[in-house]
Amino acid sequence: MVGIVIVSHSQKLAEGVVEVARMMAENASLAAAGGLEDGNLGTSYDKILAAVEEVYSFDGVIILMDMGSAVMTTEMILEDLNRPNVKMIDCPLVEGAVLAAVESAGGRSLEELSELIKDSRTANKF
Amino acid sequence: MDTKTILAIIEAIAKRIEEQKDFLTELDNEIGDGDHGINLARGFKAVEEKLPTFADKDIGAILKGVGTALVSTVGGASGPLYGTAFMKAGNVCKGKTSLTAYEFAAALDAAINGVKMRGKAVEGEKTMLDALCPAYKTIKSGIDGGKNLVDALADGVDAAAKGVEYTKTIIATKGRASYLKERSLGHQDPGATSSLYMLQTTLEVLRGA
Ligand SMILES: Nc1ncnc2c1ncn2[C@@H]1O[C@H](COP(=O)(O)OP(=O)(O)O)[C@@H](O)[C@H]1O
Ligand SMILES: [Mg+2]
Repeated sequence: MVGIVIVSHSQKLAEGVVEVARMMAENASLAAAGGLEDGNLGTSYDKILAAVEEVYSFDGVIILMDMGSAVMTTEMILEDLNRPNVKMIDCPLVEGAVLAAVESAGGRSLEELSELIKDSRTANKF
Repeated sequence: MDTKTILAIIEAIAKRIEEQKDFLTELDNEIGDGDHGINLARGFKAVEEKLPTFADKDIGAILKGVGTALVSTVGGASGPLYGTAFMKAGNVCKGKTSLTAYEFAAALDAAINGVKMRGKAVEGEKTMLDALCPAYKTIKSGIDGGKNLVDALADGVDAAAKGVEYTKTIIATKGRASYLKERSLGHQDPGATSSLYMLQTTLEVLRGA
């Protein structure tokens, strides 16, 4: 199963998004990487890396993040890891996470999942 | 510019950032989330703690070490940005134990390109690039025109200071401040300000050396 990492400046937000995503996919492999080591707001290279390793398998990992340093720090981790089966995707965090959880638990491949999640960019709420 | 001077510069930058922590944070309060000084002070404290392990390293390895420390401790956008900058500068100084004026300029150029790549930003977007880019251009043309590094850098610092002033007159299109649109006008960019401090500190150390 493809692992999912949720990166946010806030630990509460990252954990909350994981919680919401799990509502529809109990078995999804999700990890939250929010805030700094000391609990302050920000993005932590080490926390994100640890979260990736936590859900990593041969099937791969997708990373969804909020903004700014979350994006840039994730980018650096991808460059350093240099594993083609770890990807970051640009999408609305909550919608993307729910989609990712449902579809990964449904057995989608990394490639399929990356394409599907992109749909959340244009999906209207009403 | 030898290894000892580089270490002295890094130590002096760490001190300067700590001194200016509140001011940088205040600037970030106006157009951001009020943490730039706190972020950088945390980052450079980690750098300071690593300094003893740099003692027997070459300039490339030292700069890389600074970058790595910043990336893993700063916590805000300036972490991956300055982190990438120092790492890219380290790449072009690999194995070197001293830098000529030209090599210093090449390292600064690599650092700036690192920021542009990481931030997907260019000059004129109200970021640290508005201090760094004019500084580099001035330093490079000074050296090309036969100036020594200290004189060229002195002009570069002036150009960076003007760049910081210029950030007050433009609207942010990158980083957090871009959410404020027109309301970012009239405020100086915190990252441009910290970049100015780094260049100023480098000059001060070179003048004293
Ligand atoms: N995309 C970007 N490209 C270049 N510089 C940027 C970018 N985003 C932010 N910055 C710089 O980073 C500074 C803010 O740093 P900091 O407060 O530490 O990070 P954050 O915005 O994550 O809180 C800004 O003042 C600006 O100079
Ligand atoms: Mg900030």
